[in-house]
Amino acid sequence: MVATNANNLVYERPEGFTDTPTHYCPGCTHGVAHRLIAEVLEEMDLIDRTIGVAPVGCSVFAYNYFDTDFVEAPHGRAPAMATGIKRVLPDRIVFTYQGDGDLASIGMGEIVHAAARGENLTVIFINNANYGMTGGQMAPTTLPGMKTTSSPNGRDVETQGFPIRMAEMLSTLDGVGYCVRRSLHDPKNIRLAKKAIRTAFETQARGLGFSMVELLSTCPTNWGMTPVDSLKFVEQHMVPAFPLGDYKVAAGVAQIKI
Amino acid sequence: MPAKGWIEVSDTYCKGCELCISACPQEVMELDMTRLTPKGYHPAHTFKDGCTGCAICALVCPDAAITVYREITKAVPTPVGA
Ligand SMILES: Cc1ncc(C[n+]2csc(CCOP(=O)(O)OP(=O)(O)O)c2C)c(N)n1
Ligand code: SF4
Ligand code: SF4
Ligand code: SF4
Ligand SMILES: [Mg+2]
Repeated sequence: MVATNANNLVYERPEGFTDTPTHYCPGCTHGVAHRLIAEVLEEMDLIDRTIGVAPVGCSVFAYNYFDTDFVEAPHGRAPAMATGIKRVLPDRIVFTYQGDGDLASIGMGEIVHAAARGENLTVIFINNANYGMTGGQMAPTTLPGMKTTSSPNGRDVETQGFPIRMAEMLSTLDGVGYCVRRSLHDPKNIRLAKKAIRTAFETQARGLGFSMVELLSTCPTNWGMTPVDSLKFVEQHMVPAFPLGDYKVAAGVAQIKI
Repeated sequence: MPAKGWIEVSDTYCKGCELCISACPQEVMELDMTRLTPKGYHPAHTFKDGCTGCAICALVCPDAAITVYREITKAVPTPVGA
């Protein structure tokens, strides 16, 4: 074996992370989303001037894992808190990290109005089709027929409504600069997700308005599947219900070369 | 000849989730059933030659547990007139 030195290095844990191991369940792709954000902040040299806003949900402890400043928002209120921080400190990069219960349920009002106001923020939205933290209850993003602890017979759209497609919905608002959906279920899609996260932070760095990346993510524990099978579930069931794509790329954002 | 690489898996971060194992294109990874991490997981490792240093395992790892290295093969310059 060749001596190990910096020249041989292909990949190492990003500097955007602290040394703290995460509390996420094994194989949960919250961790992949975290890693991509940390890599992008390192590559853009933004670690020292970024402020994250953590949600309520499994990612409630996100502030322990990123080597940036962080605040903790009440449930669903991260976009409101981020608005205040960004307006007072416009030279900082401010991002929220929110689950689908946090963003699309209790925090629906905050996210819609932050987007409508065109707040110059970045939102990383983790769609795992349930409330992971509290034991796998139905979320606004739960698939029709999907069993959760609060829809034990499967989500019945007659009485419980249809899944909400946040990326599509927010893309109709004029304040939005960049709004896309990506997935974390395989290497190719993880690379595309990272590029989108980079584009979202570039959008904010250039003052081009509200940016959001929705990421299809797994919850192996509450879905009752292995981590590997959970990735297949995302590919086979979530991607058809939540199509991947660019829902809004404002003219200025389309010019960004990465 | 494909590039030769190798990986290190951190016992601090690995949770034995097997995502790297199923993603490795060379199929050289498995859980090490002879070892436990301090958290009580069987960590991933490479069990045979063939790692190319492609870093796909690191790309899918939710815990940033994998460091990837690749052997540097410098092309030997062909002597003039050879
Ligand atoms: C005001 C308030 N209401 C309800 C809760 C209970 N609660 C905690 S996390 C959560 C949902 C989290 O789901 P999601 O945002 O999808 O995050 P995930 O855990 O799936 O990543 C709820 C309802 C709370 N903590 N605070
Ligand atoms: S409960 Fe689900 S979303 Fe939360 S850490 Fe575990 S697998 Fe991830
Ligand atoms: S670097 Fe590539 S070949 Fe080597 S173990 Fe990782 S995925 Fe497999
Ligand atoms: S993907 Fe990461 S955490 Fe999961 S088994 Fe491989 S090294 Fe361990
Ligand atoms: Mg959720």
